[in-house]
Parts: sequence; structure tokens; C-alpha cells
Amino acid sequence: MSEPIAIHAPLTSRVGVAGFTVGIVIVGIIAVAAIIGNQLVPHDPFTQDLGNRLKPPFWMEGTQAGHLFGTDQLGRDYLARLVYGARISLLIGIMTVITSGLIGITLGVLGGFFGGRIDDAVLFAITTRLSIPVVLVALAVVGLMGSGLGLVVATLGLLLWDRFAVVARATTMQIRSLDYVNAARCAGASTPHLLIKEILPNIASHLAVVATLEMALAILLEAALSFLGLGVPPPLPSWGLMIAEGKDYMFFSAWVIMVPGVALFILVLGINLVGDGLRNLLGSERSR
Amino acid sequence: MLLLIARRLGLGLLVALTVMTLAFMLTRLSGDLAISIAGPSATQADVEIIRKAYGLDRPLYVQFFSWVGRAMVGDFGQSYFFKDSVSNLIAKRLPITLTLGLVGLSLALIISIPLGILAAVRENTWLDRGVTMFTMVGQAIPSFWLALILMIVLGLNLGILPISGTGTWQHFVMPGIVLAFTAIPALTRLTRSGMIEAMASDYIRTARAKGLSRARIIFKHALRNAAIPVVSIAAVQLGFMLGGSIVIETVFALHGVGYLGWESIAKNDFPVVQAVVLVLAAIYIGLTLLSDILNALLDPRLRTG
Repeated sequence: MSEPIAIHAPLTSRVGVAGFTVGIVIVGIIAVAAIIGNQLVPHDPFTQDLGNRLKPPFWMEGTQAGHLFGTDQLGRDYLARLVYGARISLLIGIMTVITSGLIGITLGVLGGFFGGRIDDAVLFAITTRLSIPVVLVALAVVGLMGSGLGLVVATLGLLLWDRFAVVARATTMQIRSLDYVNAARCAGASTPHLLIKEILPNIASHLAVVATLEMALAILLEAALSFLGLGVPPPLPSWGLMIAEGKDYMFFSAWVIMVPGVALFILVLGINLVGDGLRNLLGSERSR
Repeated sequence: MLLLIARRLGLGLLVALTVMTLAFMLTRLSGDLAISIAGPSATQADVEIIRKAYGLDRPLYVQFFSWVGRAMVGDFGQSYFFKDSVSNLIAKRLPITLTLGLVGLSLALIISIPLGILAAVRENTWLDRGVTMFTMVGQAIPSFWLALILMIVLGLNLGILPISGTGTWQHFVMPGIVLAFTAIPALTRLTRSGMIEAMASDYIRTARAKGLSRARIIFKHALRNAAIPVVSIAAVQLGFMLGGSIVIETVFALHGVGYLGWESIAKNDFPVVQAVVLVLAAIYIGLTLLSDILNALLDPRLRTG
């Protein structure tokens, strides 16, 4: 590929960095809200108040003082539930990425490093995994074994490792015969040492990009599962569950699905912006 | 070419067999199926009758091989809930899901290929950034939420489309749009990067040097080469879309295979769950096979096995 033309390059990098910064800020704010938000919001996310049902948020008429984002169909404070939901989304995103990352990176690095039969087996595992319909299987597992946060994480973790494996395998193949790996091998380094000390650190940046993508995907999938009633069980305020509960009222008060939906959208967009920024940084590094 | 097809076919069959094993294990996760089928009010005697009637008293490996053996000839057994054979149920529902998938894929291609070309030929301009931003936004919108918003806007406020159901072609419009939306970001990015790579290649430089018009270079020379990965991904994407259509079908109460899967999960109707997982996987495997063959036809360099 030809080098980018100099006049245009500043525009791309400027916009790229701006996107990355925006992403970091979004994810940062939501993370802070998830961690300490329940101390800032004067309401409990589970306390019902049937006299104050479906009060609209502050930008609409008929709003109730003290309930900034209104109340849901059981009179629970929407902001408090939203903040608690952020905790669930982030927790599921992070835990899923850790689980799927462990599986995918192990498989990918082993396949890429050793090649041959091992690589054939890894490729077969990836192909099989890709042919399994994720949503259906996740729904079936949760449907048969009962809903719960841990089960959702375990299911998604076992299903979303494919991209980790693909990227870890490809990048390991690229570097396994580079000079510094060979040098370490000649110096008598053991295979585990080579894999952990030489290979892993050098493919970590690529895996970080995958991690952002998978985290965004896991958060969206959890929301979809909870929306279908087979994810995080009520009364936990998962954003997907909040949208499901608001669905019956959406034709009269559309904000009940808009508020958690927009929150979900902003969080996923923020994570994707971070991932895109990381990828651009890597890209410019490679061309140098 | 034939060798390539034969090898891919063999691999596909092996994958299908693995998926069958996994699907079988999956439905045994809940413990004793006879108890969950019988329901909470059943007596011990009822459970025993059900265990016998459904063959659940046999050893697991016997159950497995009898299921695999019958599934090979298209017999997936009887549904516990619908009082119909599973094959009949799927045959009735599959056309709906396939229609939805094709509507979604066509819409996605109609939107993403021009967008990708536009972004590529105007690389690094604000237009290009705009398209990239659009794909980022598209990726972040939860599909079930987009579905609800469309219901409010198109169904209620404008009143031009039915909100849910399966009856007419209008029932496929909103689900089709939502399904297309799940594929547009990836397809747009792929068209864009493929076009950028093609535009920077030697044969485009040659075409330019010959003095060919810009439109001819873009559409005749560059697009043909950029289309290879797009065609290959489009087929694979259709497989993903069919698998992912379960959420959309459920939201819109569109009675396709995905909706059937959701219903049978809720009803503990495990022969149907097993079969739906297998059918969706088989479609995906078939589509990747097709995409490999298409690729080899489009790009002679890939024809050696």
C-alpha cells in the first residue's frame, strides 16, 4: 500500500485522537457512575413507590422533583436503576472478556506457535465455534439452567473467544520466527518462557483492540438476553431488562425505553471509539 | 477446484457432527429432562411414563446415536409442545427466516457498498470520516432497541407499517431494516478498505496511465477486486444474520425459525431446540462453503486446494 498523502494525514490523526479521547471520557464517566453513583443518587434502585409510577424525566412536563430521570412502572427511581445497570453492564463486559480472552488467547497462541496438528485442531475449534448460533445457544443455556449473572458471564465467555483466537493465532505466526524469539530460543529459554515472556507481550496491543470489541459485543448480548427475559433476573436493573419492562408502556411514554437504550448506546459507542483509537495508534506505529 | 470443494465439504461435515454433539449435550444441561417436561405438578408415576414414552430411560449414548442417525435422514423426532414433527415445524418456519435474511442482506448490500465506495474514493476527507462515524454509531445501536424505536415511529406515529405479526410482506419491512442494520457497519468497512487497497494497486495505476475515465476505473477495475472479500463476507454474514434473527423475530413476533427456537426454549421442548441449533449451524456451514467456492470463481489465485 502506498503511504498516505501528507496533507491529509493530520486530519485523520486529529480526528482519530479526538475519537479516542471522547471514547475514554465516555467510558470513564460511566465507570465512575457505576462505582460511586449509588452514593450520589438519593434513591435506592429497588424501593418501589406505587403512588409515583411512570413519572417522566426532568426535560418533560409533569416531572417529579427529586427523580431526575423519572420513575419506572413500579415507582422505582430511574436514575438509581440506570446507575446500578451500568455496574451490571461493565461487570459482565469485563468478566466475559477475561473468560473469553483466556480461552481464545491460549488456543490462538498455541496454534500459531506450534503449527501442524495443534494448529489444525485450533482452526477446527474456531470453525466449529463460528458455526454455532451464539444468541440461540446462550438463550438455551440460560433457559435450561436458570438465569443469573454468573451463568450469563460463563455462557458468553465460552461463546465469544473466537476473535481472540483468530487474532492471537495470526499475530503469533507473524512473530514466532523473528530474530528476538529465535535469540531467546538459542539462549535456552523454555517453551513456556518463550510463549509468556516473548510472544504474549508483543501481541498484547492487538489483543487489546479485540478486547474492546468483545466487551462491546458482550454488553450488547447481555442486554439482548435480559431483554428476552433470559439473562440477568429481575429485580436487578440490567439495561436490557429495563427496556423489556418499559416495552409495555413505550407507546404512551417513549422515554422509558429511550433512557436505558441511549445509555446502552453511549456506553457501547464509547468502548468502540476506544478500540478504534487503539487500532489507529497501532496502524500508525506499523507504518513508521 | 474439485479437490478444494471436496476438502471443504469434508470439513463442513465434521463441524456439523461436532455441533450435533454439542447441541445434544446442551439440552442435557438441565439435568433430568423427564421431570422438566412433566412439569411441577406431575407425580413420580407420570415422570416414569414420560421417561419411557420419550425414550429417556435409555443410556445417554443410545439416545445420542439414535438422534444422530435419524437426524441424518431429516427426522428430528416429535415436538413435545406443538404435537407435530420437528421437521414439519422447521419446514414451515424456515421460509420466513430465509425471507427475512435475504431482505436484510439485500438492504444491507444496497446501502453499504455505495457508502464504502464513496468513503474509499474520498479517503481521508470529512465524507470518509462521516461514513466511519456512521458505522461506529450503527455498531453501537442495540438491534432490539432499534426495533422498538421503529415500532413507535413507523408503526404508531406514522402508522405506515404493522407493528408485529407475520401475515403480509409489510411485516418483513421493519425486521428487514433492523437486520440490515446489524450487517451494514461490517460490510461498509470491508468495502471501503477493499476499495482503498485496490485503488492503490499497480493495475489501477496502469488503468490510469492508459487514460481510462475515473468512473470506469472505479467500477470496472477496482470494484471487481474489492468485491471478493465483500462477497465472501456477505455469505458468512447472512449466516450470522439468520442466527441473530432470533432476537428480531421475537421482538416483531415474526414466526420464523428463531422465534420457534425461543418458544421451545421457554417450553423446554428440547428436540426442537436441538434441531434449530443444528439447522442454523448447517445453514452457516453451507454458506461458508458457498462463499469459498464463489471466492475461488472470482479469484483464480484461490483455486488450488
